[in-house]
Amino acid sequence: MMIALTFPYWAQSLLRVLGGLVAVLLPAGTIVYVFLFKMMSFMQSRLGPMEAGPYGSMQLFAEVGKWLQKEDIMPERADHSIFRIAPLIVLASTFLLVAVVPFGPDAWFTNFETGVFYALAVSSISVLGILIAGWSSANKYSLLGGLRAAGQLIAYELPMVLAVVGVVIQAGTMNMQQIVVAQNAGEIFGWNGLGNPYILTQFIGFAVFMVAVQAELTQAPFDMPIAESELVSGYMTEYSGFRFLIFFIAEFATAGVFALIASVLFLGGWGVPFSWFGWHGMGDVSNWMNIVGPLIMFTKMMGLVFLIMWIRFSYPRFREDQLQRFAWKVLIPVSLVNIMLTAVLKVVF
Amino acid sequence: MGLKPKVPGLVKGLGVTFNTMMNTFKDGANTVQYPHEKEAPPVRARGVIALREDNCTSCMLCARSCPDWCIYIEGHKELAPPRRAGGAPRKVNKLDRFDIDYALCMYCGICVEVCPFDALFWSPEYEYSEPKIADLLHDKTKLGEWMETVPEAPELEVGADKKGKK
Repeated sequence: MMIALTFPYWAQSLLRVLGGLVAVLLPAGTIVYVFLFKMMSFMQSRLGPMEAGPYGSMQLFAEVGKWLQKEDIMPERADHSIFRIAPLIVLASTFLLVAVVPFGPDAWFTNFETGVFYALAVSSISVLGILIAGWSSANKYSLLGGLRAAGQLIAYELPMVLAVVGVVIQAGTMNMQQIVVAQNAGEIFGWNGLGNPYILTQFIGFAVFMVAVQAELTQAPFDMPIAESELVSGYMTEYSGFRFLIFFIAEFATAGVFALIASVLFLGGWGVPFSWFGWHGMGDVSNWMNIVGPLIMFTKMMGLVFLIMWIRFSYPRFREDQLQRFAWKVLIPVSLVNIMLTAVLKVVF
Repeated sequence: MGLKPKVPGLVKGLGVTFNTMMNTFKDGANTVQYPHEKEAPPVRARGVIALREDNCTSCMLCARSCPDWCIYIEGHKELAPPRRAGGAPRKVNKLDRFDIDYALCMYCGICVEVCPFDALFWSPEYEYSEPKIADLLHDKTKLGEWMETVPEAPELEVGADKKGKK
């Protein structure tokens, strides 16, 4: 089903850029306010920011204003051009990631045949940004933090990729849209009242994926790279003002985007079970899903980010060796077994 | 592998944070929104040091025992009329200056302890921050005004001899 309006190419591009900005910054702001400011405070029996705006809702604007007016400090012996580029690379990875997330039957930025493959590939660009941020700062803490981040992100990328393979096998496609359709048009043993969200059949994959996402986002208990009690602030130590702000936005925007991807892969994405409205495939889906779809996606994202943040605020930090051992000795074998099981069951059914 | 199953403890940990969140929703936070609502400090809190000028003999014990050297005292001797007719005039110490620099003070209370004439007292008052650091130097008039906020000394224990302050 196509949108009746047709736009010239430049207008489409402009709309995509604006949409991308909204899709990255709106979740990031919401996540920071709802979870970082409020949920974390409530979990520690305090109220969090209350003065800026009603219930402190304008606090984030105050924070951004504060960061923007700070002095832009750069270490004298830093590699200046690299130092400047690093946060942008990290943020760029977030924008590239959101490009493949479908928000509705027609509400998408790009619709690659191999969207999952693309998403997993671009998500690792941020490692580069973090690594060169640590290296170019000319600071031992930054360097250690950058190397820890590189080791961790590479280690946890594997279980993430392997966890997604299960979904890809079951859906039989790497296209994000078709994965959504496959889940919502699917049925469980002939009953199609819920569709077949892959969190049910791929629960191991979902668990491994969420753990890996937690590590990819360097949220506690996987926050070794920025462990403030050991490394000051890891690769971000020398960053201040606007550049720090970019790292900060990237951190929480990426949390949102990974939650969006997880909801596409495991929770049925923008769709509702198609049987509710008598749809059979992509062709039958009504146009109003383009409006409702993003809202459904947003709700699912908030749910998953709640999970991520809840774990972040509850658990203490892993030691570096425990962290690596957990990835290589637990998550990767588990996800390999999951792939085998999925492949066998796919052939059986 | 060294990884024993830790799941029950992990779930319990999540429960703790979740329950705290729910309790904060229901019963409010444990914190106080300071400028809007205030907690009364304990009666014997060390907020600010008050001076009863009449009792001070400018003996300098407090200034000398102060670890931060934040007490400044200047005085001179004056002749006062004799107690009885025909007696010699008495010499008394008059206080010219008694300043405490609260920018330096570390609230150890040694000056209050060491004062032999009951001239210094603790007051629980704590709201005297200033935009300019020089204004934290309280002179003897201001220190005297704090006396109004000094709480009554608590009842003595049974059998104690009456030597308490104030």
